[in-house]
Amino acid sequence: MAEAHPVGFQWVMEAKKRGATVIHVDPRFTRTSAVADLHVPIRAGTDIAFLGGLIRHVLETGAYFEDYVRAYTNGPMLLRGDFADTEDLDGLFSGFDPETATYDTETWQYEGATAPSAAGDRDLDVHETERGEMPGSGGAPIAADPERDDTMQDPRCVLQVLRRHYSRYTPEKVHEICGIPVATFHRVAEALVRNSGRERTSAFAYAVGWTHHTVGVQYIRAAAVLQALLGNIGRPGGGILALRGHASIQGSTDIPTLFDLLPGYIPMPHAHRDEGLQHFIESNAGTKGFWADLDAYVVSLLKAWFGDAATADNDFCFDHLPRLTGDHSSFRTVMDQADGKVPGYFVVGENPAVGTANARMQRHGLASLEWLVVRDLNMVETATFWKDGPEIETGEMRTEDIGTEIFFLPAAAHTEKDGTFTNTQRLLQWHHKAVEPPGDCRSDLWFYFELGKRIKARVAGSDDPRDRPLQDLTWDYPVDATGEPSADAVLREINGVDADGKALPGYTALRSDGSTSSGCWIYCGVYADEVNQSARRRPGAEQDLIAAEWGWAWPMNRRVLYNRASADPVGRPWSERKRLTYWDGEKWAGPDVPDFPADTPPDYVPPPGAHAAKAIGGAEPFVMQSDGRAWLHAPAGLADGPMPTHYEPEESPVGNALYGQRANPARQRFERADNHYHPEPGTPGAEVYPYVFTTFRVTEHHTAGGMSRWTPHLNELQPEMFLEVSPELAAERGLTHGGWAHVVTARSAVEGRVLVTERAKPLRHGDTVIHQIGVPWHWGPNGLSTGDAANELLGVSLDPNVHIMETKAATCDIRPGRRPRGPELVTCLADRRRQAGLEEEPR
Amino acid sequence: MIGHHEEVGVRTWIEGWPVYRQLAGPDRLGRGTASRSDGTESLRARTQDADRVTQSICPFCAVGCGQRVFTRNGQVTQVEGDPDSPISRGRLCPKGSSTLSLVTSPDRVTTVRYRRPHGTDWEDLDLDTALDMIVDRVLDTRRRTWQETDDEGRYLRRTMGIASLGGATLDNEENYLMKKLYTALGAVQIENQARI
Repeated sequence: MAEAHPVGFQWVMEAKKRGATVIHVDPRFTRTSAVADLHVPIRAGTDIAFLGGLIRHVLETGAYFEDYVRAYTNGPMLLRGDFADTEDLDGLFSGFDPETATYDTETWQYEGATAPSAAGDRDLDVHETERGEMPGSGGAPIAADPERDDTMQDPRCVLQVLRRHYSRYTPEKVHEICGIPVATFHRVAEALVRNSGRERTSAFAYAVGWTHHTVGVQYIRAAAVLQALLGNIGRPGGGILALRGHASIQGSTDIPTLFDLLPGYIPMPHAHRDEGLQHFIESNAGTKGFWADLDAYVVSLLKAWFGDAATADNDFCFDHLPRLTGDHSSFRTVMDQADGKVPGYFVVGENPAVGTANARMQRHGLASLEWLVVRDLNMVETATFWKDGPEIETGEMRTEDIGTEIFFLPAAAHTEKDGTFTNTQRLLQWHHKAVEPPGDCRSDLWFYFELGKRIKARVAGSDDPRDRPLQDLTWDYPVDATGEPSADAVLREINGVDADGKALPGYTALRSDGSTSSGCWIYCGVYADEVNQSARRRPGAEQDLIAAEWGWAWPMNRRVLYNRASADPVGRPWSERKRLTYWDGEKWAGPDVPDFPADTPPDYVPPPGAHAAKAIGGAEPFVMQSDGRAWLHAPAGLADGPMPTHYEPEESPVGNALYGQRANPARQRFERADNHYHPEPGTPGAEVYPYVFTTFRVTEHHTAGGMSRWTPHLNELQPEMFLEVSPELAAERGLTHGGWAHVVTARSAVEGRVLVTERAKPLRHGDTVIHQIGVPWHWGPNGLSTGDAANELLGVSLDPNVHIMETKAATCDIRPGRRPRGPELVTCLADRRRQAGLEEEPR
Repeated sequence: MIGHHEEVGVRTWIEGWPVYRQLAGPDRLGRGTASRSDGTESLRARTQDADRVTQSICPFCAVGCGQRVFTRNGQVTQVEGDPDSPISRGRLCPKGSSTLSLVTSPDRVTTVRYRRPHGTDWEDLDLDTALDMIVDRVLDTRRRTWQETDDEGRYLRRTMGIASLGGATLDNEENYLMKKLYTALGAVQIENQARI
């Protein structure tokens, strides 16, 4: 965190100054470790074993916050009798179909759940995976009011099922799997327990070190389970904090440029499942909590997009929306590109030619397009692969043979346009335009507005039904003298308006009858009172810690999600020390916007048949969830298991010490000639790639370098690609500090200067010593400092919920000296693959 | 200069010498007042000469630090941390501190570049022409790759021929127009850094 989010880290240091214990769990010793109370080196890819060990510790020592767990989590809920755990099935849950490598999630449901979310659907195999991101603003829909045992003693209740699931995650097992000594594990467990409960809270912060795994979603779930058990959610100083890496990566998830979502985490309709609006609503809305008003959110979105053309008689133009038929995520698309099936591609402020796993496959995709539009500040590798990319050097591609037509359109910088970024804490902050963009540089707002305007003009007279959505699309935004559309007007459309055209105050004002519009329901309220709330800048020094008048956070300017959980079931703060939101006798009070209908008393019991917010009881704080509770066991919404389970990465040097099932059985794999995986541990050829590597960031560069490799200061500070190895590994492979080395995988080889450092520590796994190599991923062939891209090394295997690739743990070899160049690189890699049995001998 | 100092006295002249002040005064490390000279006094920070200060947000990671953008005659002259921000309290990291270089970089490309199929070098292209050419390609590709129904007759109403990547470095309003336009076009392979 100190490396990649340095200014955010100041708050960790503030906490430390006030007595907090800071623990850093990371394969590498970094600037965070240097100032932490404890650095815990861990084998890359084993965090669920570690977190599972902590969960077991908390359950077995009775250290969980029992009142919180009973009232606010699904710990008391009873599961069906036919649910089978990984303990029963040696690493699988019930419902697994080995043919399709997917789960039927029906048996994961609660006992007495009358309408299990998955069972009624016709496309089970695609169902959960495509809804994996819907819980971005709440849980998956489930039937409310299942059977429960508030003593939490029934062997079928979630708490007891959880206890059994983690019963073998002992400190000794954690040591064996993660390489963390038993004494160190106990130090962590004791510090965590000591700093949780009524009087104290603990927080977890993570970044892509947790998400870039074939079990990435379950990493976060494991932390969520632990934090829910300890009562650390919805309370000051608690939580699980995602440290995201781009200025508006949260915003581009909320208002998704993602295939499977519509704005506000509404799923994209599926061809088989969602044949009409009514069916779509029924299949995706719960009956309880804020997701129960999905109809109002969807209809308001359709009104924002299709205006007067959207009426109750035509399902509000629901059929204008294209339909999904499966996974259309980025890697699938790139493979289709490489196979020549996708002619056109827009790349906007992203640099996949070096920035995405298996970069060679990315470039083959780019080289197989008919046309490519690249919009960026700098001449990034995605725009220049045809001229001087790695395949030109190896002779695998010739410039003259590449048919891709390329338009490079220079982009405006943030200082040259108005607009909002949504930061990592869901806070929308407006940035004001300071100067005009130079030359042909334009904002992306201008580009897409202009593109849409011209396309609409072209199809204006068409009678082809496929052009109707374009003809009906609302696309009138005021422009300034330079032709720049008003970002303020777009933000107001996102907020939404009522039947009189007045800005709506918040999403509870949205209606399903077509009288309201809103481009993104969770952002409704950002333009309340006709004021751009995201532009508010009352100085922090004039405000309390909540700082509610700086920017605007979704939903409803709430800064701590689920803050109802900061009070006990009758509405009193769990402790005065940790007071935040509480019942003052008439309403929920405190400095934050209550995450709860403000006038719902703590003893409110919903009447039978109550709907949406009214169906949430006064003591059920998790209002975005369809049962108002935090989920220790997820009865719906996940593709690879209801409880986090330790699986080894796609590539690891050892087998699974807990189960016969080695890796996540539902992970997505792509067996292709351009995406070789290394042999499984213990099988012939695995020894060709004996070490572990993990990719990482340095403070002085940003992602794949698109914004940092062109500025002088940053490249003086971090001028060169390097490889971090331990003195032991350096001795084993004959590597010299400051000299060259190259890392080799079945995909490629990259070179860098050797950094021999005790910050890299070999770990023990039983009798095996495991060496881990740190590989920064900021470089590429262009810019002021150049170097090989770490993404050349990685294959593509994905988390099945969110289709995110595994970059944080894979296997490799490392050799002294520079890598082979030109055609020699291709033959050398093929030789190594043959040694590993991954490729036939040439005939 | 010597003559001037002779007029005001040798003592003043000696005291004007930084080394003397460092040795004789309280600033023994020479990091404060001792090192100041007439030259120092005449320096003016770019922030003082700015004719406008605009509040902004750092474009790198998602912490969302506040920035103040100093401009003079329509050019960015300095970018500083915004002390008003309750998130960053005026601080910027090395990346955020490089923002001035990022937005004023001489290497920044400011004209449209065009590479024709099988071409061996970039060519110039007018922005307006480029837009029209892109519109042509979008509509043509969409027509050729349109899928009205699947093989079971269910509505798809989409193209699998146009993909898009990027969004996490852009504004919410930009992502919104992108998703809105792509969806109306029937393009579904829309992705960004949040996944990869």
